Amino acid sequence: MGKSRLKEHRIERDWCKGCGICVHFCPKSVLELDDDDKVFAARPEDCIACRLCEIRCPDLAIEIVTEPE
Amino acid sequence: MSKKNVKFIQGNEVCAEAALYAGLGFFAGYPITPSTEIAEHLAKRLPEQGGRFIQMEDEISSMCAIIGASLTGSKVMTASSGPGISLKQEALGYAVMTEVPCVIVNVQRGGPSTGIPTHGSQGDVMQARWGCHGDHAIVVMTASNHQDVFEITVEAFNIAETYRTPVILLFDEVVGHTREKVVIPEPGDIPLVDRLRTSVRGGVDYHPYLPREDGRLPMSDFGSVHRYNVTGLAHDMWGFPSTKPEIVYGLMRHLVDKIEHRVNQLARYKEYHLEDAERILISYGASTRSALHVVRNRRAKGERLGLLELQTLWPFPYEIVRQKCSKAQAVIVVEMNMGQIVQEVKKAVKPSEKVFLANRFDGVFITPMDIMNILRVIQGKGV
Amino acid sequence: MWCPGCGHGIVLNSLLRAVEELGMSKNEIVMVSGIGCSARISGYVDFHSMHTLHGRALAFATGVKMSRPGLNVIVPMGDGDALAIGGNHFIHAARRNIDITAIVMNNRIYGMTGGQYSPLSGVGVIATTAPYHNIDHEFDVMEMARAAGASFVARTTTYHAKQATDLIRQAILHKGFSVVEILSQCPVQFGRRNKGGNAAEMMETYKTNTTPIGSKAKKENPNLLERGIFVQKDMPEYCNEYAKIIDQAMKGQ
Repeated sequence: MGKSRLKEHRIERDWCKGCGICVHFCPKSVLELDDDDKVFAARPEDCIACRLCEIRCPDLAIEIVTEPE
Repeated sequence: MSKKNVKFIQGNEVCAEAALYAGLGFFAGYPITPSTEIAEHLAKRLPEQGGRFIQMEDEISSMCAIIGASLTGSKVMTASSGPGISLKQEALGYAVMTEVPCVIVNVQRGGPSTGIPTHGSQGDVMQARWGCHGDHAIVVMTASNHQDVFEITVEAFNIAETYRTPVILLFDEVVGHTREKVVIPEPGDIPLVDRLRTSVRGGVDYHPYLPREDGRLPMSDFGSVHRYNVTGLAHDMWGFPSTKPEIVYGLMRHLVDKIEHRVNQLARYKEYHLEDAERILISYGASTRSALHVVRNRRAKGERLGLLELQTLWPFPYEIVRQKCSKAQAVIVVEMNMGQIVQEVKKAVKPSEKVFLANRFDGVFITPMDIMNILRVIQGKGV
Repeated sequence: MWCPGCGHGIVLNSLLRAVEELGMSKNEIVMVSGIGCSARISGYVDFHSMHTLHGRALAFATGVKMSRPGLNVIVPMGDGDALAIGGNHFIHAARRNIDITAIVMNNRIYGMTGGQYSPLSGVGVIATTAPYHNIDHEFDVMEMARAAGASFVARTTTYHAKQATDLIRQAILHKGFSVVEILSQCPVQFGRRNKGGNAAEMMETYKTNTTPIGSKAKKENPNLLERGIFVQKDMPEYCNEYAKIIDQAMKGQ
């Protein structure tokens, strides 16, 4: 299995309820809620693709998409 | 007809054998007098035919289990009596709402509450119609002798499968526990109906709750290619919950009309000497045995007495009853309760002043003499 | 329809990942749920699904499994759904060791109806039907399930989503009655009334107040709730035993 890096934070805005769980638990503080209370990647370059946001999202609204290095 | 088809057995056993004849694949139940023999008999016979029997932890779970099993494609049944039937009402309503075919046997006993477990009655007629909450329609059938118990039980399965509805079989302790001769039909003698299964292929949208033009709803077994949702909430044609007024309206109309608009197709009854009858007895279930005795006895003495035996109680066949009784001077409803079917007969037969009740509700089986006495009183002749 | 931050969504997330890891066909899976916020999970999955009656999911599921033992039956239930009104069916499904996976989504409250206390709320909790404070003790679902005869019994929380996926996967694979209790936050009905904080804060308490089974931390602080697999054993499974009955009955004919 080769190394992979973050390609994008795929966020389904219609599904995001702005609960803040992903923001709270991101170890690198990558995520924030915007003015509509939807999550967005404020500092995507800091993302380590741990996927904690993806597995803890109650609405399956965020997906970490990676690609091989 | 071979000798092995002739049996001398309890009504409960007849019902169980008829269910097997109809293709019963799964039974869940709980012991309660006077229906326990049905469960006991099926515990032995079902696995002999590859079917499955389970004694659940209570009446409620028995009803729930048969609904789950029906959705996997099996023909299913449960059996109980008064207190157990009361417990089953919520789940029964679920079967109505989700249109799951199933047969529920109520071997009636004295009620209400614990009542008299070992004596028959016919006190659960109205409960069978209205026991579960909400506007709904349901099919309820009964029989008075063992040969009819067999045929009506098979018919109950056929109706359940045809209309995707629960069907309640109202028997009673007397018919259930009495031993009588019955001839078990050969396979094929009585036509059997299987539920309509969808012909929609996998990958194509299947709507579990979209009626066809003929009103029928094709089913799909759990485990096959169509995945869908079943819920007791008001739902759309995909089976997902909805509160939109037009959807709820359509659903309610469909649930009720599919039964109530077929009153005549669902009506089963037997006529004895109705053509020229001056006075007509209307009865159903065990009471019919005494009513028939009275009619035969009095006819032999020249009295123009007739008997209409109802085998379908709900949807009540108002039109048929009205038509059969139109020329009679008096209509006497014979039942072992404080007057349940008589109320429906009064709606059907006009003027309602010509409808009388010959009943008994003290736990003792209504006798021909009981009926005779009431006939004499009605005629002003005392007892 | 879940509130923002509801833990039940995380249970759904974990469950879907478990099913995906197992690689089973969606046509083999039947999800049977009861009534309550937990039960609504069945409306969000693409399996054969039944949304049944409060407390009775395991009874419906027993009928499904008995008549088609080849199906994979998963039963998510709420704490009141499974252990209050459903308590009797829970006990007997466990006693039979029927091959069903029960997921108890424990948010310690009746959420759908507005926040009444449940048998798992615990002493001191404030709820709409315990406005002074709850005097009811809870019981330990793991002990209940073990005593009733379940052959796979495990617990985790929504904070530990990876463990949830792993336990659900193992529970589904296990041949017998499996119970996975997942503590799931209800910020609106439980948290708001009991100074629980928001969803993320409630999940933080799941982190600080739980510990793996038999850990050093548990010995030092017995009040911690243990997470992990409490029971895992091979016992005769109900449908298999009934298949033998069918064999015996058919031979006896």
